[in-house]
Amino acid sequence: MVSSRLVAPELATIKVQGVTREAFLIRATLAAGATYGALSATPFITKALAQEEVDDVAILNFALTLEYLETEFYKQGVSEVSGLSKEDKRLAEKLRDDEQEHVDFLKSAVEDADGTPAKKPTFDFGGAFADRAAFLKTANTLEDTGVSAYNGAGPLIDSVEILGAAGSIVQIEARHAALIRLTRGVAPAPLAFDKASDMDAVLKAIGPFIKS
Amino acid sequence: MTDSAMRELADDPSSRKRFFKMMGGAGAVSAFAVVLAACGDDDEEGAASTPAESPAESEEGGDGVKGDIAVLNFALTLEFLEADFYKQVIDSGIVKDPKQVSLAKQFGETEQTHVDSLKAAIEGMGGTAVTAPKTKFQPTLDKGLMAVLETAATVENLGAAAYLGAAGRIKSKEVLATALAIHSVEARHAAALNSLVGRGFGGKGGLEGSIPDGAFAKGMDEAAVLDAVKPFLA
Repeated sequence: MVSSRLVAPELATIKVQGVTREAFLIRATLAAGATYGALSATPFITKALAQEEVDDVAILNFALTLEYLETEFYKQGVSEVSGLSKEDKRLAEKLRDDEQEHVDFLKSAVEDADGTPAKKPTFDFGGAFADRAAFLKTANTLEDTGVSAYNGAGPLIDSVEILGAAGSIVQIEARHAALIRLTRGVAPAPLAFDKASDMDAVLKAIGPFIKS
Repeated sequence: MTDSAMRELADDPSSRKRFFKMMGGAGAVSAFAVVLAACGDDDEEGAASTPAESPAESEEGGDGVKGDIAVLNFALTLEFLEADFYKQVIDSGIVKDPKQVSLAKQFGETEQTHVDSLKAAIEGMGGTAVTAPKTKFQPTLDKGLMAVLETAATVENLGAAAYLGAAGRIKSKEVLATALAIHSVEARHAAALNSLVGRGFGGKGGLEGSIPDGAFAKGMDEAAVLDAVKPFLA
């Protein structure tokens, strides 16, 4: 049933990290599809597959979904992970609060652009809260993914104001990434040029955490 | 890429979209940058000795390419400053802790890569790259290790704020993608160094702290940035 609604059904058979690409896209679409109203999630899939069609509202909603994910990750992590030091907790709480501010901002930015903010998905962080190392490793992945997502979306943004806001947020994601990396003892800035990811690559990275 | 192609990218949304498709998503920016860096090596002895027109002059022109070249030259000046600072710090031997040495070396190499790439980008767009400014870091070096690390931390915050402040003026999507890829690296450097010198998150603005502006980073305009780096220019 879902396949018939996909623009390129053959893509649905490609497996990504154990589940089909279709399942990935559907999960992410359920999370972010609110741009086009409850009835039509399909346009978002089209847009995720064809990056050049994306508009500013879709980009903002995509970012909003990422920020929901990060906020929820730190919120749950702070209470569930055992073995965090006082400094670890202080950092996780700070990052949680920053991500929450990003969520609040992006919601109002979507509304200002006459869009409907994406609904907060439900998340499943798997084994990310098993211990300190797993928590920091996942945090590292999420923050690096955030940086690459905003950097990839930046050149697609039409509005100078929204571009400015995305720049303002991506700098914070990069700072978070560096601080988490320092905390887990890996290089804070391993590349001379940070990566830029398209939406498809970002969906692959965050798909496993999105339950519905 | 010719000037007119750049202009087309800047002015025509559908052309811009084709360009991004051509760039091919994930990793494309890094690939572009690596290409630029490779070109930079060839051009190292190139004719960069003619002083470029000042950024203010170019901006008046209202020409997208000229404006972008001015932004890139402004960024290049800052990267020259940063690369030279790390070089002098390492040469001075003031940093002894092996972890700090390797961090300073890696950050310094990254800034030099930014220098090479920006020079190549400017020349590729038909512009003239500014020459390295004469720097004055000895007074900072004389103050000892802590002052050196704190200065590095402050200068990286300045660099991040400078890129953010300039991003909105960039017309070419290609140049913007490159600036964004550098901007977040400066931010990583800034957060790491500010944390290592024990400054905490900050949050009240200014140039001290690992997240000095709170959840939303603030950009600085060119004049304010140039004013802030004045003490380091000979």
